[in-house]
Amino acid sequence: MSAPTISQVDQLDALESEAIHVMREVAGEFDRPVILFSGGKDSMLLVHLARKAFWPAPIPFPVLHVDTGHNFDEVIAFRDAVVERYGLTLEVARVQDYIDDGRLEERADGTRNPLQTTPLLDAIAEHRHDAVFGGGRRDEERARAKERVFSLRTAFGAWEPSRQRPELWNLYNGRHKPGEHVRVFPLSNFTELDVWRYIAREGVELPSIYYAHTREVFARDGMWLTSGPWGGPRHGEETRTMSVRYRTVGDGSCTGAVESTAATLDEVLDEVRESRLTERGATRADDRLSEAAMEDRKREGYF
Amino acid sequence: MSDLLRLATAGSVDDGKSTLVGRLLYDTKSVLADQMEAVERATVGGGDPDLSLLVDGLRSEREQGITIDVAYRYFATPQRSFVLADTPGHVQYTRNTVTGASTASLAVLLVDARSGIVEQTRRHVAVMGLLRVPRLVLAVNKMDLVDFDENTYWRIAKEFFGLTEALGYPEDAVVAIPLSAKKGDNVVLSSENMPWYEGPTLLEHLESVPVEGADHGAPFRFPVQYVVRPRTDDHPDYRGYAGLVAAGTVRVGDEIAVLPDGHRTRVEGIDTFDGELESAHVGQSVVLRLADDLGVARGSLLAAPGGAEPVTEFDATLAWLHEKPLRPGARLLLKHGTRTVQAIVAAVTHRLDTETLSVVDEPGELTINDMGQVSLTVSEPLPLDEYDEVAATGSFLLVDPQAGDTLAAGLVGRPLVARPLHSLETDGS
Repeated sequence: MSAPTISQVDQLDALESEAIHVMREVAGEFDRPVILFSGGKDSMLLVHLARKAFWPAPIPFPVLHVDTGHNFDEVIAFRDAVVERYGLTLEVARVQDYIDDGRLEERADGTRNPLQTTPLLDAIAEHRHDAVFGGGRRDEERARAKERVFSLRTAFGAWEPSRQRPELWNLYNGRHKPGEHVRVFPLSNFTELDVWRYIAREGVELPSIYYAHTREVFARDGMWLTSGPWGGPRHGEETRTMSVRYRTVGDGSCTGAVESTAATLDEVLDEVRESRLTERGATRADDRLSEAAMEDRKREGYF
Repeated sequence: MSDLLRLATAGSVDDGKSTLVGRLLYDTKSVLADQMEAVERATVGGGDPDLSLLVDGLRSEREQGITIDVAYRYFATPQRSFVLADTPGHVQYTRNTVTGASTASLAVLLVDARSGIVEQTRRHVAVMGLLRVPRLVLAVNKMDLVDFDENTYWRIAKEFFGLTEALGYPEDAVVAIPLSAKKGDNVVLSSENMPWYEGPTLLEHLESVPVEGADHGAPFRFPVQYVVRPRTDDHPDYRGYAGLVAAGTVRVGDEIAVLPDGHRTRVEGIDTFDGELESAHVGQSVVLRLADDLGVARGSLLAAPGGAEPVTEFDATLAWLHEKPLRPGARLLLKHGTRTVQAIVAAVTHRLDTETLSVVDEPGELTINDMGQVSLTVSEPLPLDEYDEVAATGSFLLVDPQAGDTLAAGLVGRPLVARPLHSLETDGS
């Protein structure tokens, strides 16, 4: 018997179908899923894929934003517009509340990304979420390369590499004990370039700061940071006005802009193709802390 | 348009697998400057950067200098995008080889040219063969350490072709490539050191090999994941069945069976967010509308009529993945497609001795990394296919009802005893 002829399947279609399959498995097997939604591009893709997965029904999950208080105004406005447009329920866990009442202490370096873990875990417990969608991708970082699509977390949110279940075929095992939950990563097999190609193909709207704009910035640790409620340039750090864009959107105190004139989707796509730096290495101070920074934070219950 | 090839790599600890994967990433320019700087910082004693550091992700792995968990790697060329499951070769982590192989269209097995085919190679070939990975590549690595000797390559390649032929692989599904991952010979660029080799480099082969979507030519199978019922003003009466086409093709108007009940109906429409389709193929996520309301729910299997006969007792080959051993009489959960049922292991009839690749009768139990043949009884009829015919509906998981852990990967049928694995046996050395 000769081999059947194989029609070529476009890889973006394959990645989309896989992500939709994962989301439907969660809808079918869990009681109280939630989508982590910051307004950033990866979480916006989750919302877009959820619309496609359940159409013509509305998205059957609420969204949860862990708000560091160090936000870009454009991103918060975008978040609220998306919530309104798709009739989503927005839950917000505020790091600021924890700092105000003393449950968390501001760090010496002023960054709040590592402080997100406690409010996240409290919100998961309070709303009794049993599945939490994250936009994490395996291409982002070495510890993430070993992450499962369904990632079991203890009651403390901890990722225990040795307890991760083997994932076979596309049969996902979401069983968990009371108090445990499962983090689910539908974008696991997307790369940064796939994300941008998919955004372009689907016409997914993003916050304006992903595209080149003129902004006052200052250099610190080899990154271009911007002033905000989290502070501004320290003594000796000079301010410049230049054309920049953001490759990731996180805590304003530690998310750097890249010098860029890519003002349209096509220009951003070209820039991502040409880039010689990963998006995290280029713009996230929190990932530069140590060789195992991400692994350590994941063990503590981070995204 | 570029397509996607999913592949797995496997090899013994010292075959240089991490270096090979690092080399593929590095030479396809999939490694960015900051990752490379981190590798250069971490390379012990200066000199050429240690490319294996690109892929050894966890702290415990770096400390022990071994890979202990499947890592997924991504690289792309203008022709194709690749998802690579990098599976550890260390013997106690065979379960990861099974995991990587379960989604792979192609597997790359590494051997050290100095030692040739070793027991672990035989084990990996046996696992790949049982899981029906459609294509195999033998990477004969470290050719630089045998002076790029042609005879050494051919001796190893011929032994390998003997193994794959015994497992039923057609000749054109298997290639052997002499290379040096450390130096880069024949990984991405052709080697000047081996003019006698006229075949493709590893990357050329990966770019050009046909991608066999598993179950492409198989009969239609569609496990229902979720019932879409909007009950909105725009869609008050809509009812559709969401799922991923697991095998074959479905067209509007096709007659289908709803399993396990066996009722027949027709496909009235194939819906997606982007519009209606005339047909849907393996790997596509869609919503099917049916002509009749037959109580279809999550767990139902929509199938071409006349296959996947529901049964409550069947034989299966298991890859046992858990420290807790399996003994006859065990009560477990079985996940097949989107349906989870209770299962009892009626008998453990055979075990593959992974050391010698001989099949042992009546082994009494299966322990971690064993492959074995069992008889199962399930609480509700399951519409099963033989794994060798339709992998998607011939595969299942066994799950611990208390802890929730995944215990085993299951293949419906008797592939373990049907395959001539004894021909892979080592010489008792």
